[in-house]
Amino acid sequence: MTTKKLNIQEFLDQDQKKDLLRLLTAGSVDDGKSTLIGRLMADSKMLYEDQLEALHRDSKRIGHAGEEIDYALLLDGLKAEREQGITIDVAYRYFSTAKRKFIIADTPGHEQYTRNMITGGSTANLAIILIDARYGVITQTKRHTYLANLLGIKHVVVAINKMDLADYKQERFEEIKADYKAFVTQLDIPDVNFIPLSALKGDNVVDKGENMDWYHGPCLLEFLENVHVSSDRNFDDLRFPVQYVLRPDIKFRGFSTSVASGIIKKGDEVMVLPSMKKSKVEKIVTYEGELDYAFPPQSVTVTLEDEIDISRGDMLVHPDNLPRVERQFEAMLVWMDETDMNLSTQFYIKHANNNTKARIDEIKYKVDVNTLEKSNIEKFKLNEIGRVVITTTKPLYFDPYKKNHQTGSFILIDPVTHNTVAVGMIIDKLGSSSLPSRITDVDKAKIALGEALIKPEEYVQKYNQKGETIWITGLHGSGKNELAFSLEKKLFDNGAAVVLIDGSSVRSGLSRELDFSPADRAENLRRVAHICKMLNDQGIITIASYISRNESLRNQVAEIIGKDRFHLFYMDADLEYCKNNKPELYEMLEQGKTSGLPGVDLEYEAPNNAKLVFKPEQNEENLDAILDYLAINKVFPNH
Amino acid sequence: MDNYSLTNLRELEAEAIHIIREVAAEFENPVMLYSIGKDSSVMVRLAEKAFYPGKVPFPLMHIDSKWKFQEMIDFRDSYAKEKGWDLIVHYNKEGFESGVGPFTHGSKVHTDIMKTQALLAGLNKYKFDAAFGGARRDEEKSRAKERIFSFRDKFHQWDPKNQRPELWNIYNSRVQKGESIRVFPISNWTELDIWQYIRLENIPIVPLYYAKERPVVEMDGTLVMVDDERMPKELRDKAEMRMVRFRTLGCYPLTGAIESEADTIEKIVEEMMTVTVSERTTRVIDFDQEASMEQKKREGYF
Repeated sequence: MTTKKLNIQEFLDQDQKKDLLRLLTAGSVDDGKSTLIGRLMADSKMLYEDQLEALHRDSKRIGHAGEEIDYALLLDGLKAEREQGITIDVAYRYFSTAKRKFIIADTPGHEQYTRNMITGGSTANLAIILIDARYGVITQTKRHTYLANLLGIKHVVVAINKMDLADYKQERFEEIKADYKAFVTQLDIPDVNFIPLSALKGDNVVDKGENMDWYHGPCLLEFLENVHVSSDRNFDDLRFPVQYVLRPDIKFRGFSTSVASGIIKKGDEVMVLPSMKKSKVEKIVTYEGELDYAFPPQSVTVTLEDEIDISRGDMLVHPDNLPRVERQFEAMLVWMDETDMNLSTQFYIKHANNNTKARIDEIKYKVDVNTLEKSNIEKFKLNEIGRVVITTTKPLYFDPYKKNHQTGSFILIDPVTHNTVAVGMIIDKLGSSSLPSRITDVDKAKIALGEALIKPEEYVQKYNQKGETIWITGLHGSGKNELAFSLEKKLFDNGAAVVLIDGSSVRSGLSRELDFSPADRAENLRRVAHICKMLNDQGIITIASYISRNESLRNQVAEIIGKDRFHLFYMDADLEYCKNNKPELYEMLEQGKTSGLPGVDLEYEAPNNAKLVFKPEQNEENLDAILDYLAINKVFPNH
Repeated sequence: MDNYSLTNLRELEAEAIHIIREVAAEFENPVMLYSIGKDSSVMVRLAEKAFYPGKVPFPLMHIDSKWKFQEMIDFRDSYAKEKGWDLIVHYNKEGFESGVGPFTHGSKVHTDIMKTQALLAGLNKYKFDAAFGGARRDEEKSRAKERIFSFRDKFHQWDPKNQRPELWNIYNSRVQKGESIRVFPISNWTELDIWQYIRLENIPIVPLYYAKERPVVEMDGTLVMVDDERMPKELRDKAEMRMVRFRTLGCYPLTGAIESEADTIEKIVEEMMTVTVSERTTRVIDFDQEASMEQKKREGYF
């Protein structure tokens, strides 16, 4: 950049108009990445004098490049890392030319730093992939390209570096170019460019140099200054995820956010998700005054013509262009944490200004970032990438990442450590609720109307029993499950048609998105009660053993099943017994890893209306007592 | 399509506003640390924009080391009053009363007691769970690696090896009780961006940034301004009037002036582009030890 003392006003006015390009560089110590960035910045004449002074001082002490200026030292920030001679983490670098300001996310290249590259690349418009001309396309090149592709980076510059060590030969350049092209066709990067250069000698970085007359394309800086990226944003699909509700006084009610995608215009009809209510954009308010329209990534505030209840996390969209609104989706997930994934964890998920909880239902496959081969795994480890199915507690309003980075990306946060353990990009695939139903419409109508073709008496006759529910309450570890399982066996052996609604099966399937908060525990019971009711309606005896910790919950369950079909039994075990019987959960509670365990930090209300009360130690007597009870009440005859 | 593109400054502005609103939405008790410097002035303007037409929903806090330039304090008080800001001024009372200062205790002890300790005590006193700072990544090497949402443990310490991944514009706001986040909404701004924005937005700044004849003494190659009687007399006697200005502002004995004729923003930028001494080199504290800023950051200083 040239500065002329005479026209500083003009210079500033012009400088003010420049735009911003965010780019990602990934590479290892050896491919001269730091030298390239150092050269870009130094030769752009934006390095301040004293930084160069500091550079000379440092080079003398721990320099690696002999007498030459070690550009890499400019970049390696933290002390320990400088001593080790490697760049770790993501470092952000800034430089400007008259046309553009550049933000470089500078990340290390080794496989163990995949997460750093993912972090640095998430906001990048462009990636520079460095190739050492001596070695050509290697595993690392493929890995970096795959990751750039995964992040949806649309522009890639393949910088074929160290051409000086390949005698500046065009044949070498063409050979590498052909190799790379053969590989990149498997991926989906629309704009790939090749530049032969020498970061050390300065050829084709900022100036063309004299060593490669055969190359007629732009040098790196020239390319970076001119590559067109502003149209990479999504201007088609309006997504206005409300970030902040602004209510300074009774009269003003504004909804603020950075426009995620699309254009919002004054007077537009908009629909609010999830309420589906419609209104019109009254005003687009900013500190500078009202706007007629706003586009991404502007941060604005809108007011609507009608008073609609809208909170943070809701989304304004055009009614004819909706995102997907679902609780289940598939995504490419990158595991970012040192600790391995635990599939039973219920994570916090943050997506488009929305916070809810999420479970990973299934790992479809893992991708080997070096070979792109897929394989099956049980869980993810640090830096592993793969395709997963996720279910959230609340519906999310999303688009596939490919179409919309803002509404297609999310992070998973561990509920205990609060670390960001994984990040994901949503895949364009229909969720299960959109798949065609297997029940034909005619049958569906019958079920909805309750036109059963079999009468209740016919069931009693067929099974020689009454379809009723045996509900066993008690603390966690009280032995109620053991009793339930032996009861099922006994009844089955005696010829009963019986189904045990097993708690862990329900939790891992039907209620997989629920956690152990009081509200979710209640919801889980509601579902179990409905299964019992359906089975009882068909003449089947059901056994359900659930903590169901208070009177009110058990009454609700009885209400659903039918009070005359609901038989409440109580497994009366003291807390010490329970802790010895099933220590895991109680230990976790003591270590502060969980909370809300009935009988310990959540009140358990023992029933005073139980039909039978048991002690866990007397399994045989308990079974006999139940069989007698069932016979007396004509549920199932005792043989 | 060209109507739908933003300049560098407007894109940085939109990003900062997004960050500021996110903190207001997700934290119970945020605060904006206000240093009175030019970066703080920009940050305050961004906060006003974020919540317009409403008021900014969190207070400003100034950690007063009691050795700031008098002009800074005057500027702070009149600005806060004019704008109706909720301003907290916190200082280390014990340190002040026992006379801690850079002339008697040296820059390291002074900075630790009157700045770092005072900051930590201030944050603890009001139980803030998020604190905005005006640090920029281009200022200094260790900052280049710091996140925008920078997690601090209950001792306010930063662990550069154990930072949370930060992707897209999704920020992790989860903290346990006692832990906190330092937030740097202008991380991606350069010094030139700051000056350009001040110029574009007409943001008032402390007059010390502009060149003027001021009484200065040369100490170890640094020009220190005589701001009050606490400078030892033998030093004060050596003072001479020179045309100087300040590239950064802090405690007056620790902030070197540079000789300059630049008395407008344009001239300052011109000087910056041509003369160029990186701004933090005029802050004495950074020279205490190699990688000293990283050390200070680990201890909880910004």
